[in-house]
Amino acid sequence: MISWRPSNGLIACWAALMALLALTVTLAYQPLGTFNFVVALCIALIKTTLVMTVFMELGERPGLVRVFAAAGFFWLMILLWLGLMDFVTRA
Amino acid sequence: MPEPDEIAAHLSSSEQRDEILELGMWTFLSTEVLLFGGLILTYMVYRHADPQSFAEAGRQTRIVIGTINTAVLLTSSFCVAAAIQAGESGAAKAVRGLLAAAIVLGLIFLGLKGVEYLGEYRDHLVPGIDFEQSGSHAQGIRLFFMFYFVATGLHAVHLLCGVIVLAIFLRCAFQVARNARYLAGLRTAGLYWHFVDVVWIFLYALIYLPGRSG
Repeated sequence: MISWRPSNGLIACWAALMALLALTVTLAYQPLGTFNFVVALCIALIKTTLVMTVFMELGERPGLVRVFAAAGFFWLMILLWLGLMDFVTRA
Repeated sequence: MPEPDEIAAHLSSSEQRDEILELGMWTFLSTEVLLFGGLILTYMVYRHADPQSFAEAGRQTRIVIGTINTAVLLTSSFCVAAAIQAGESGAAKAVRGLLAAAIVLGLIFLGLKGVEYLGEYRDHLVPGIDFEQSGSHAQGIRLFFMFYFVATGLHAVHLLCGVIVLAIFLRCAFQVARNARYLAGLRTAGLYWHFVDVVWIFLYALIYLPGRSG
């Protein structure tokens, strides 16, 4: 039987994700006006970055894999940017 | 299943075979990003048009269940990532335990989601089936809950697929110690599982958090 335990990096990532979840709930109840939404999205982005670099191991994968992973994000940005352009700039 | 070191004729090495697996999954995931991205775009447009209604609707969602479910899903992702690490060390027993834990957490998520849907049905918040809201925000709240059911329903279907995939890997976990192909497959399945987790991270911020401070 091989004795095995998860790496410290993995445990730290899980703990950080839980802390960020607690933080985002707490901040949602603070009256920050429109910044509530910005803060919620920023924390969601940080959580996503953690999941992608540590859980999905993108930090240590070959460059080609990272380019493939970035492609989806790139097209999403085009979709959101061009899609929202009209609505947010209209008076 | 073919022998572990058997490689198809068009591939030059087992490393190439495993890398293609990963690249294929990322290509699939980029189409998934755009599928959910389109939904999120509609959410942004309607929220921008009617922020008060979306705040009002957000307050009516069940934040306790939503938050517990987020923690459940993040923990299940940890289990899958740990299972892959365990597989790399050849600890087949740990792989089995962690995959089983991830599956159970996935099922808990779906169960809580069902409880939530039932509560929304009782509160007359299901557009098309039973929706009753009065006041000037009723139309905006209806749009919010349409997004809610389509997005969370689509997410739940993805999660269910993930549970089935993990169950298949759990079933043949005895191969872990001697089969690099199993590990490459598990890593690819893990990518899908983590992606479903990431989608939920955003749905959580868009659905449960609006309007809490008002």
